[in-house]
Amino acid sequence: MRRKGVNYSKYGYIFTFPFVLAFLIFSLYPILYTAFIGFTDMQGLIPKTIHILDDPFKNFKDLLFENASFRKSLLNTGLLWIVNFIPQMVLALLLTAWFTNRRLNIRGQGAFKVLLYMPNIITASTIAVLFSTLFAYPMGPVNSLFHMLGWSDAPIFFLQDKTTARGIVAFIQFWMWYGNTMIILIAGVMGINPALFESAAIDGANGFQTFFRITLPSLRTILLFTLITSMVGGLTMFDIPQLFLAGGPDDSTLTTSMFIYGQAFKGSYMYNRAAAASMMMFVIAAALSGMLFYLMRDRDAAKLKKAEKAEKMNNRKAAAQAAVKEG
Amino acid sequence: MDKNQRSGTANRKISKTIIYIVCIFLAVLSILPFWIMFVNATRSTPEIQNGLSLLPSTHMMSNLRVLLDKSFDPLQGFLNSFIISSSATLCTVYFSSLAAYGLVTYSWKLRSSFFTFIMCVMMIPSQASAIGFYQFMYKLHWTNSFLPLILPAIAAPAVVFFMRQYLLATLSMEIVEASRVDGSGEFSTFNRIILPLMMPAVATQAIFAFVANWNNLFMPLILLTQKEKYTMPIMVSLLRGDIYKTEFGSIYMGLALTALPLFVVYFLLSRYIIVGVALGGVKE
Repeated sequence: MRRKGVNYSKYGYIFTFPFVLAFLIFSLYPILYTAFIGFTDMQGLIPKTIHILDDPFKNFKDLLFENASFRKSLLNTGLLWIVNFIPQMVLALLLTAWFTNRRLNIRGQGAFKVLLYMPNIITASTIAVLFSTLFAYPMGPVNSLFHMLGWSDAPIFFLQDKTTARGIVAFIQFWMWYGNTMIILIAGVMGINPALFESAAIDGANGFQTFFRITLPSLRTILLFTLITSMVGGLTMFDIPQLFLAGGPDDSTLTTSMFIYGQAFKGSYMYNRAAAASMMMFVIAAALSGMLFYLMRDRDAAKLKKAEKAEKMNNRKAAAQAAVKEG
Repeated sequence: MDKNQRSGTANRKISKTIIYIVCIFLAVLSILPFWIMFVNATRSTPEIQNGLSLLPSTHMMSNLRVLLDKSFDPLQGFLNSFIISSSATLCTVYFSSLAAYGLVTYSWKLRSSFFTFIMCVMMIPSQASAIGFYQFMYKLHWTNSFLPLILPAIAAPAVVFFMRQYLLATLSMEIVEASRVDGSGEFSTFNRIILPLMMPAVATQAIFAFVANWNNLFMPLILLTQKEKYTMPIMVSLLRGDIYKTEFGSIYMGLALTALPLFVVYFLLSRYIIVGVALGGVKE
């Protein structure tokens, strides 16, 4: 029996209702509540009535202008992100160029992908503690290795030096994520119209030219996406630095997430200050997402351009083929 | 001409060799730390301090005994992590598929605004709302409960986004229409017909949701303070404590135990995982 003209639109609301409900309760309310706490005097383990401060922005001002530790955590977060992201991107692009180059025809790509991606799936906490144990002083595997290879005369106390401690944290992040970035970029290259590469080959473009003139421009959207998701991920960096050295030596690996955690949950119970710091992190993440949103909207225009380019290339290819035939 | 070509192939051979060397080096770099971890889990502390070895020794059981003596309970941690991760994964994939189906199939007034909303909230980091979330759960007396680690998984914007893309590409409205003609209600159409059709996407997202929940440290660390509620990543943090200061063998043993389940899962499912990563990145 077929009923005509049934209005199904209410199911749209019903099916999305659990999502909306869970979001309102577990995301939106906590965010608003966090923002509210940021304006209050909520401190201490025992709950008591809280008041909005006379100067509502006091917590924010204190953090920005008087709290050296908070500023340092922002700086560290940015520094650790840059030092891991640039080499990560360079290596991922290099591997992408190699793996997608048909002329080179690299074998064993499947196995390489599986192995290079592997660190990404293992618990970050485990990796952090593993590395702090590998770099142990005076005798740890890395010190033994350096000694065996004759790179060092005396054991090195890696974890007490600010530069090496930061370097190792950045290296772990790099090591965990370049495989992921590489797989995404390779998928992006696979999505490029093969005719572009063919016509480039016919035009006599070498590997470098093909990579810089065709592959990179076509990957623009994916590169942006990777950049911004990596920035938001880097902003919330917690597991590795927390379990690697708990912020030391001398706060040189203290990140913003660790600052928030430390203020609220490690004995000082400064919930208001932690909330204000969270809000600043939220604003930065929101700004980054907004940027991505804006840039992704531009896509249609970019697509049009791409299509035009492809057409031009095709025309050229056709012309070249015609020329070959005539010749 | 001939000469040129020959030098070209020679060049290519050289560059191919360099590429293979780099790739093999990177692969070794991926394996070596974990290899050392597993090997050192079988070596005694004096052996470990004596130098590096890539071959296992015979002290596995004694390391395990030392580890378990010091209130490190990997089975409990495994169980807790498993309960949290599997429940959260079920919530994520079921309700995200449902929401995505609602988004794709029905035309309702707020449909496009809902989609925009999902795009907007996709990247909110959980740390940004952690303080309010903790205070809220504290008032509900839900700290040291698994519920605040499971229920929020119902709202997973990125998964809804992925499922929507999948449905847009694969779902034909004729299936829905046909089941309506057969008298199936909208919910049972989804549960019996659409969900099985979505299985490839569901499986991919389930793997990633499970691993992400399993590896999560921040939220459990804030919410769970009782020892018997600890998850695997929190147990790992215990290994950094003073009681293990000199017991390197048992530290490696503990690390190996926490990583082992993930290695097993990874090598069983790596094919799907790699494809999933690739799909997740191509958001077009």
